[in-house]
Order: sequence, then C-alpha cells, then structure tokens
Amino acid sequence: MIYLDLFWSFFQIGLFSFGGGYAALPLIQTQVVDVHHWLTLSQLTDLVTISQMTPGPIAINAATFVGIQLAGPLGAIVCTLGCVLPSCIVVALLAWIYFRWRELTALRGALDGLRPAIVALIAGAGVSLLIHALWGEGGFQLVSPDIPALVLFLLAFLVLRKWKPDPVFIMLGCGVVGIVVELLFPG
Amino acid sequence: MKRTAALYWKLFTATFLLSAFTFGGGYVIVPLMKGRFVDDLGWLEEGEMLDLTAIAQSAPGPIAVNAAILVGCRVGGVLGAALSILGTVLPPFLILSVISLCYAAFRSNTIVAAALKGMEAGVSAVIASVVVDMAGDVLRKREWLSTAIMVGAFVVTLRFEELNVAWILLVCALLGILSAFWKKRKGENA
Repeated sequence: MIYLDLFWSFFQIGLFSFGGGYAALPLIQTQVVDVHHWLTLSQLTDLVTISQMTPGPIAINAATFVGIQLAGPLGAIVCTLGCVLPSCIVVALLAWIYFRWRELTALRGALDGLRPAIVALIAGAGVSLLIHALWGEGGFQLVSPDIPALVLFLLAFLVLRKWKPDPVFIMLGCGVVGIVVELLFPG
Repeated sequence: MKRTAALYWKLFTATFLLSAFTFGGGYVIVPLMKGRFVDDLGWLEEGEMLDLTAIAQSAPGPIAVNAAILVGCRVGGVLGAALSILGTVLPPFLILSVISLCYAAFRSNTIVAAALKGMEAGVSAVIASVVVDMAGDVLRKREWLSTAIMVGAFVVTLRFEELNVAWILLVCALLGILSAFWKKRKGENA
C-alpha cells in the first residue's frame, strides 16, 4: 500500500526534524533515498536545488515532489498531510505545557542535545550531496573528481563565506556556469 | 475578536501570501509573521508572539507550519489553525506540483541538465556554508557535551549509512534531557 508507506515516511520526517531549515534534509535522505529508494541521490539533489529557488519549507516541497512522482496528486496530498500532522499534535501539546507551567526544562534539554546532532546530520547529508556532485553515482574515489564541479564548489563556498549573498544568487550563478561549461565543452 | 467569515478569509490570505513570497524557510518567515499579525493587523501582542515563536521553534516540523498553527489557533480556534496551515502549505504544494509534472521533460533537456549540474556544486556549497555557521555556534558554547554529540553523531552517520537518523536524534535528545536535569540538580544543591 504505497499511500500508507508515503504517509508513514513523511510522518517520521515531520516528527523528527527539529530546528527548521535544513534539519529535515538528513531525514528526507534516510526515508526517501536510503530506506525506500523512491528517489536517487541525483533526484534528491535536484529537489534540494528546486527548494532553494522556490518558497516554502523543504519538507513540504519534498512531500509534494515525492508524492506526485510516486502516486500522483493524491500521493502528494497524503505526503503533505503526513508531514504536517506531527506538527499539529506536538505544537498543541507543547503550547498546553508551556502556558500551564511556563516550564520546559526537559524540552530545553532535549533541544540542547539535538542541536549539535542536527548540525552533524546536515553535514552528513551535505557530504553525500558533495560526493555525488564530484564523483557522480560511483561514489567517493581518491582519483578523478569532476574538476569543473570542484572549482565551482570551492568558488561558491568562498563567495558565500566572504560576502554572505542570498543563496538564490549562488544557485543562479552556478546554473549559468553549468550552461556555459556545457556550451564550451559539450559532452 | 469576533470570529466572522471575513476574519477567517483574512487569516487564510495573510498566511498564503506570507508563505508564497518567503524564500529561505522558517527563520525568515517568523519575523515577517510578527510584522503582519502584530504590527499590521494587531491580532496578537508582541510578548504573545514571542511565546508562540519559542514554541514553534521548539516543536519538530517546519517552523513556518508550526507558527501558522499557533497563530491560527490563537486567532480563530481549530478552524483558524486548519485554515492557516492550508494557507501556509498551499503555495509550495502548488508550485512543486507544477514542477514535478514537468520534471521528466525538463530534466532531459540538455541546457537544463547542464544548469542543474552546475547548481549541484552550488547547493553543496550552500549546505557547507550553513554547516560551518551552525558548527561554529555549537563550538563557541564551549560545552564538552555539545561538542562530543556533534562529533559523535557525524562519525556515526558517516559510518552507518543505513541507520535511520531518527535513532541518532532520540539518543542525543535523551543525553540533552539527562544533562539538563543533572545541571538543575547540581544548581539546587549548590
């Protein structure tokens, strides 16, 4: 039953992505690429790229994208519901606790423990995306990374650190460079 | 506040527009929500919005969705929450639906493929930069447990690729809770 699988996977993504932003990325990678093989790493990279350039949380973007690819519009609705439902439950619960006791020691503690873990997991997901960008489907090898991709990565990273531009501009710039490289050296 | 159809409609359109024009996720949308709901519409007090933001950021899931639930519920009860969730989710849902339907045709185009190939390096750089900022924040706290969790979780996630990351998160949350109660007890005894 694909709808049930989709719902349950995105329920877990919604339930465990603490901290917003990219926190959902490692969970999406686990569920969608590693466990269920619904997307390849290359498609996941496309999805993250698209999410960079469109509004909305990455988890909702992923839910819609994966849902439609696998089971059409109804699949997209099921995934989005699954992704949002944990928020509804947990937010209601936390609001109740917070306004009743104004006390969240356990929760603060949990978040203090989660924050460094999330950084590590985002870094892990970033490493897989980078390996894919530099070596393709074959995975990490010591030799022969894709030299243009490596140069582009380092340049983009330096520009981001030095001038802190909006990431959308980095994405657009890299897209243009990709096209220029293709036109100059086809294939 | 009277819960009229006009109020619900305004709630829906406000969340829809906020979501449709906010690039960059939860960290960006929360201050914009404050501007709309506290300063423009006067539906919430400033302090109330701070409380709601604290809860939205503590809960799992997209921060924009969490904040929408809280604001919607505060203004219009359960129906208000449902409408503001819908308003927040609908823009990315519609945009990604269109993109997904064109994706296969789109992806096989040589120029698009070349652009995406370049962007692959770009997106890796964006994530690397985010990680450097976040890791810097963790290290600056100079707490050995945080640093140990970060290094440990990184090693585990690279070493055991098949492991569901939810397990790593559960263990780290537990460590954080134990440490918080430990500190609290030490504080009380001292």
